[in-house]
Amino acid sequence: MEKPIAFEMKGITKTFGSVVANNNVDLTVYRGEILAILGENGCGKTTLMNMIAGIYCPDAGTITIGGEVVSIRSPKDAFLHGVGMIHQHFKLVDLFTAAENITLGINDGERYDIRKVSSDVQAIADKYGFIVDPSKKIYDMSVSEKQTVEILKVLYRGADILILDEPTAVLTPQETQKLFDVLRRMREDGKSILIITHKLHEVMAISDRVAVLRRGEHIATVETKETTPEQLTEMMVGKKVSLNIDRPEPENVAERLIVKSLNLTSPDGIKILEDISFVANAGEILGIAGIAGSGQRELLETIAGLKTLDSGEIIFHRPKKNLPVSFYHKTFAQVVELAQEGKFHYEDGTLVDFSGMRHSQIRALVNAGKVLFNEDEIMDLCDKTPLQIRELGVRLSFVPEDRLGMGLVGNMDIIDNMMLRSYRRGPSMFVDRKAPSDLADRIVADLEVMTPNTHTPVRRLSGGNVQKVLVGREIAAAPTVLMAAYPVRGLDINSSYTIYRLLTEQKKRGVAVIFVGEDLDVLLELCDRILVICAGRVSGILDGRTATKEEVGLLMTKTDVDVIETEGGEC
Amino acid sequence: MEKFKAFCKKAWACIKNGTGKACSAVKDFISEPPFHVVKRAQISTKKAMLIRLIAIVAALLLCSLLSAVLIGANPIKFITTLFDGAFGSTRRIWKLAKDTAVLLCISLAVTPAFRMRFWNIGAEGQTLMGALAAAAVAHYLGGKMPNGVLLLLMFVAAVIVGAVWGGIPAIFKAKWNTNETLFTLMMNYIASGIVAYFLLLWTPSGSSVLGELPHGHMPSIINDYFPLIVAVLILTVLLFVYLRYAKHGYEISVVGESENTAKYVGINVGKVIVRTMLISGAICGIAGFLIVSALDHSVSETTVGGLGFTAIMASWLAKFNPLIMIGSSLFIVFLNQGANQITTTFNIASAFPDMVVGIILFFIIGCEFFINYSLKRTEKTKKEDA
Repeated sequence: MEKPIAFEMKGITKTFGSVVANNNVDLTVYRGEILAILGENGCGKTTLMNMIAGIYCPDAGTITIGGEVVSIRSPKDAFLHGVGMIHQHFKLVDLFTAAENITLGINDGERYDIRKVSSDVQAIADKYGFIVDPSKKIYDMSVSEKQTVEILKVLYRGADILILDEPTAVLTPQETQKLFDVLRRMREDGKSILIITHKLHEVMAISDRVAVLRRGEHIATVETKETTPEQLTEMMVGKKVSLNIDRPEPENVAERLIVKSLNLTSPDGIKILEDISFVANAGEILGIAGIAGSGQRELLETIAGLKTLDSGEIIFHRPKKNLPVSFYHKTFAQVVELAQEGKFHYEDGTLVDFSGMRHSQIRALVNAGKVLFNEDEIMDLCDKTPLQIRELGVRLSFVPEDRLGMGLVGNMDIIDNMMLRSYRRGPSMFVDRKAPSDLADRIVADLEVMTPNTHTPVRRLSGGNVQKVLVGREIAAAPTVLMAAYPVRGLDINSSYTIYRLLTEQKKRGVAVIFVGEDLDVLLELCDRILVICAGRVSGILDGRTATKEEVGLLMTKTDVDVIETEGGEC
Repeated sequence: MEKFKAFCKKAWACIKNGTGKACSAVKDFISEPPFHVVKRAQISTKKAMLIRLIAIVAALLLCSLLSAVLIGANPIKFITTLFDGAFGSTRRIWKLAKDTAVLLCISLAVTPAFRMRFWNIGAEGQTLMGALAAAAVAHYLGGKMPNGVLLLLMFVAAVIVGAVWGGIPAIFKAKWNTNETLFTLMMNYIASGIVAYFLLLWTPSGSSVLGELPHGHMPSIINDYFPLIVAVLILTVLLFVYLRYAKHGYEISVVGESENTAKYVGINVGKVIVRTMLISGAICGIAGFLIVSALDHSVSETTVGGLGFTAIMASWLAKFNPLIMIGSSLFIVFLNQGANQITTTFNIASAFPDMVVGIILFFIIGCEFFINYSLKRTEKTKKEDA
């Protein structure tokens, strides 16, 4: 049965400077279907959708809606043609209610009657099975409720063609299921739904057809029933990719970083972290799962010394047992004091006793590497600044969530970005650009960073390459603890797997890896243990090899009775 | 009367029709403009320079056209006068070089702060305080010691006072995150108040005009201007090296680009802000010292005369690169001097040359748009027969 055509794009081309975002794309969408737009990051999915929604204007090509060639020059035009887009980042007024947000910007010449709007909104919601309270303020809403309001806003304006840009990125598995139910009901009502995503299992679950884009070109549109995730990946990437993540058994596991009842309050007095305790082991990947914004970022930033905590302990075990003492991170006086406390031994096992020795003798012994530690060093990292942590000799590497806003400087070239960690080295008042330049060359070669040269500002690189530069630099510091927050966010499949491989390599080297992720499938395949965080609390720590997605999903939204009472059940 | 009314009616209809047509044309133009703006990915230095050159030529053409229309001047003579005013005689060239050096010195001063995205618009006050400090040393200690020692003391005093004047807003910014733009601006008025106070103190007659200070003059080599110009050029190179190759310069760039990144790699942001503003203020102090010791040999509330603000423009035009700043300062001074010459030659009000300077600067700053973006012809969407 041939369904009626909702809209058609023909020969759409859009360029930004020398970058071709879309090249001669043809796309047909029928009424009453869910079409998934699949493709790696930077392949032009969002650009293409933005042209239907009136945010960009195509350089060439035509858009036909309802059999008529249209020129969509603004989101308003798009609405007139029944096209509505739900963006990744919500555009709502926090202080307004749902109904007020929905009616905002509509000027149909009629009297403003919020009660009528509310009842209309309720009617639409009931029709498709949304759960919404039109009089609830946005700031009281959870992420999934806000998304509901965004979708209702578009429906209220009479959109027949809905575009959803990565709608599930912020949802738990359970919420995703609910959203999909609603989308199916809308399909039955004859609406056309385009859903942008890069999660293959969701594509398989929800869509009728899949359009695959690669490097701005439309590769194919296939029936979902007649394809497999492997085939789709091959179309997306252009070659066969193994979708398995290697997870070797942890070796030489030892406690490395111990976090004890950490509490953190934001400057406005909101509790962000509450009583967080966990241990990150050397030779293991500890995954952190949770709904976005549950305190993951703050947790890592606190450990890295960027935030001052209210209370709690961060203890670092520095692997020093049977390793020589040096003056690199300790003063002469500190060494003598520790020797007096009986903390060092010689190779033959006898305790070190410096009493009666001259300074030069002690120095000679230490510099010759004869003096060894009895035990691992235990260090308190609480209330230390990042610089102090480094001066203690703790090699803590951190790949922050905000790559260009925190991890790197966008306007600086790759070499200068390499220098961020190392520029202080040496007594000279001038910076040494030779070593960073070599490092940059090495990282570009080893990690296959696509860049004209190492003098290119990193903001010009694509997301995946930016991340390779950042991860490469952090790993080059030979860390003992490596923390990575959403390191594959926005990366294509190939780059993502490169990052997973790098993390696993570090784990094999005995690094304690902490990985904050959003894709549960990946967390379950990559991590040895998974810590689930919900509203700033640890709701559970699971074994990565035995845990199921449902278990993790439940813990992500687990709320104690007292939490519900005091905070109104935020998640 | 009747005739007139009929005529009016006819005319009105004509206009209405015309505008109607025009309106629909405009509407078409807006709904489907023949051009659209596209961001350039990269542009060669050559092409960028060409665009700037075109902008300057276009600006000069517009100016001469305006002069022909408004004051009936010969456009060619207009432009030659502009150049004549700046390069017409040896004396004019020296004056051009001297004014450029002073402007350059203050532009250098604001540059470290601007690279750090600390909007220091208090160079005026910092320079004035430096000048006041130098003048105070010359006033109180002049004649009591050899000239060389006196000059050294004047220099040190100017640098310290300038640095303090720049450091105060920086400390407030670092500690309490106050708005540096307002803070530095207000400090200018305080500085000029302090100068007024000392002028009253030093002039017993109450005239508030300080005569030429007899001591603390910079020795004259070739002429009075030459030592000043050399000093500023040395400073330019030093600052270039400091910003480009020193660890401090690197830290300034990181803090300016992203405070979060700076914190992430363990840079003490507050410390960098204060240190950089101390340097910024100190260079302002040097400028004040040079003005007092080599040029004015006196001080007044108008000693700096707005250069602290012009310097912001010079620094910005050079994209905060000290070496390019030599060119941007020279260009601004050239325009001013040339425009003054136009005032006298054509005997017109000084507002006109100001307008000329404004037009040229507008073109130069405006052409940055065409360096970052290009216009592309929109391909007409072909209406297909449905």
